[in-house]
Amino acid sequence: MKWARWALLAVALAAFPWIAGEYYINLTSQIFIAATFAASLNLLVGYGGLPSLGHASWLGLAAYLSAWMSLKLGLGHALTAPAALLGTTLVACAFGWISLRATGLGFLMITLALSQVLWGTAYRWVSVTDGDNGLRGLTRPAPFGISLDGATSFYYFALAVTVVAITLMAMFVASPFGAALRGTRDQPRRMSALGHDVWTVRWITFVYSAFWGAVSGLLFVYYNKYIHPASLSITSSAEALLGVIAGGSGTLAGPIVGAAIIMLLKNYVSAYIERWNMLMGFVFVLIVIFMPEGVVPGVRRLYLRLRKWRTG
Amino acid sequence: MQYWIIQTLNSLALGGLLFLLAAGFSLIFGLMRIANLTHGSLYMLGAYVGVTILKFVPNLWLAALIGGAVIAIFGGLIERFILRALAGNALGQVLVTLGISFIVADFCLIVWGGDPIPVQTPLALQQPLRVGGVAFPTYRLVVLAIAVVTAVALYLLMERTRIGAMIRAGVDDMQMARAVGIPVSKLFTAVFCLGAGLAGAGGIIGGPIMSAYPGLDADMLPLALIVVMLGGVGSLLGAFVGSFLIGAIYTFGTALLPDLAYVILFLPMIVVIAFRPRGLFGRQTV
Repeated sequence: MKWARWALLAVALAAFPWIAGEYYINLTSQIFIAATFAASLNLLVGYGGLPSLGHASWLGLAAYLSAWMSLKLGLGHALTAPAALLGTTLVACAFGWISLRATGLGFLMITLALSQVLWGTAYRWVSVTDGDNGLRGLTRPAPFGISLDGATSFYYFALAVTVVAITLMAMFVASPFGAALRGTRDQPRRMSALGHDVWTVRWITFVYSAFWGAVSGLLFVYYNKYIHPASLSITSSAEALLGVIAGGSGTLAGPIVGAAIIMLLKNYVSAYIERWNMLMGFVFVLIVIFMPEGVVPGVRRLYLRLRKWRTG
Repeated sequence: MQYWIIQTLNSLALGGLLFLLAAGFSLIFGLMRIANLTHGSLYMLGAYVGVTILKFVPNLWLAALIGGAVIAIFGGLIERFILRALAGNALGQVLVTLGISFIVADFCLIVWGGDPIPVQTPLALQQPLRVGGVAFPTYRLVVLAIAVVTAVALYLLMERTRIGAMIRAGVDDMQMARAVGIPVSKLFTAVFCLGAGLAGAGGIIGGPIMSAYPGLDADMLPLALIVVMLGGVGSLLGAFVGSFLIGAIYTFGTALLPDLAYVILFLPMIVVIAFRPRGLFGRQTV
């Protein structure tokens, strides 16, 4: 039964580009990118209990590194992609070391402040980042000689990367290390008494989560062929966090659903009204007040209640 | 010489404005354990509301008082009707303040448009003060004086009055404060109003220096965050020292190394967090 559902999902995702038009294919590619990004943040927020408001750092930094290396150093994608991931992960090692001096709201404020450093640098360091103009004129890679310039080929590429990323994140969560991580979220002192090094568990999670954030950053810059400081802004971090919380933090499907909802809202609503920020603000307030656990756990609870009511 | 004096005064004026912003932020965080992410927006909203008030009341100081009161009421409403509904859910409260900050930012964009709106320096203060052949921009001196007076007033409020003693008790041990009968819930509203009002008034007073523009909130909020983390949560002295430190680093950093000013700005914060997580004068860890 469970396998049947997965198979159905796989067929639906694989067949989607044949049914849908280019607009929807591109929209779905963007949802994949946002889902990977939100899922990586969920490792910290949902499973580690560490609310980060600076996750855009990883998406933006990886995108900028890759863009800068290919534009200003003239390197090929085979080199820029691993180098961007490595560079971003190294910065995450340092940022994690600083931010994890605190937990809870302190952690949130430090991650926010640190991501503002990157944002401010992207804006001001014009000789490197081209400032407000952003870096443009980028290309998509062509893995194994397959061009990704078409909507359909990029769709499959993004789908493949997303499936790999989410599988590896799910394995991380399901592993004994993931169990220890949830332990440090719920009972840090007990975990410490049991001999777990709480700080290191959190730090490794921080770096791992940043790594997948960087992967989504590469997808992002490949998709847009352009990167602007706005990708590093607090709005970008907040969007991801809203996706995680709206979908349901600490669940695997939550951030994916949440990211999809946000992306659809953003695309459809901004076609009619210009005020995406205000709408996002209202969604934020409403979700936090009325559906604090998120859509996925909320729907699941409703479903269970309904079934219970039916069976009497 | 003249250049350095101007830069120093700029840094002191910015430090003063930062203090108006960060003092409230720090008290709110210290007492309510809420990182109020609307604080930058309250500052910006103050600046814009000030612009509108100045059309009817041609006096900047009166406008700052009225505008500060308006923002204080707005802050009080946020606290009473939204944050109160989420009592005990610190993360939820922070996210709601973030959501409100987006709403306020867009609201300002709708009402006042996307172009920066300059605010005129009061006529009496437009002439620089000349002492021994050196000109001092008068308005910046006045801003500095206002910040110092506010700091002294807040200090007296905190250390010499009954309300201040209650706030300090709440910051140090909330449960004990409740247990001995301090009306903590009323204090929350009062402190939130006070913090919001200071931020709003700061936005108006800062108007002639910074003007009112979209993005002012995103520029000011990180500065307030660093000041508070540097100085220590809930500490007035920390907010004071931190503000002038950050004001100086930001001004001179921008003047000397414009590309990397933002990086330099965060270095002291990183050093302090690494070696003294509670901040310079804080009593509790963030």
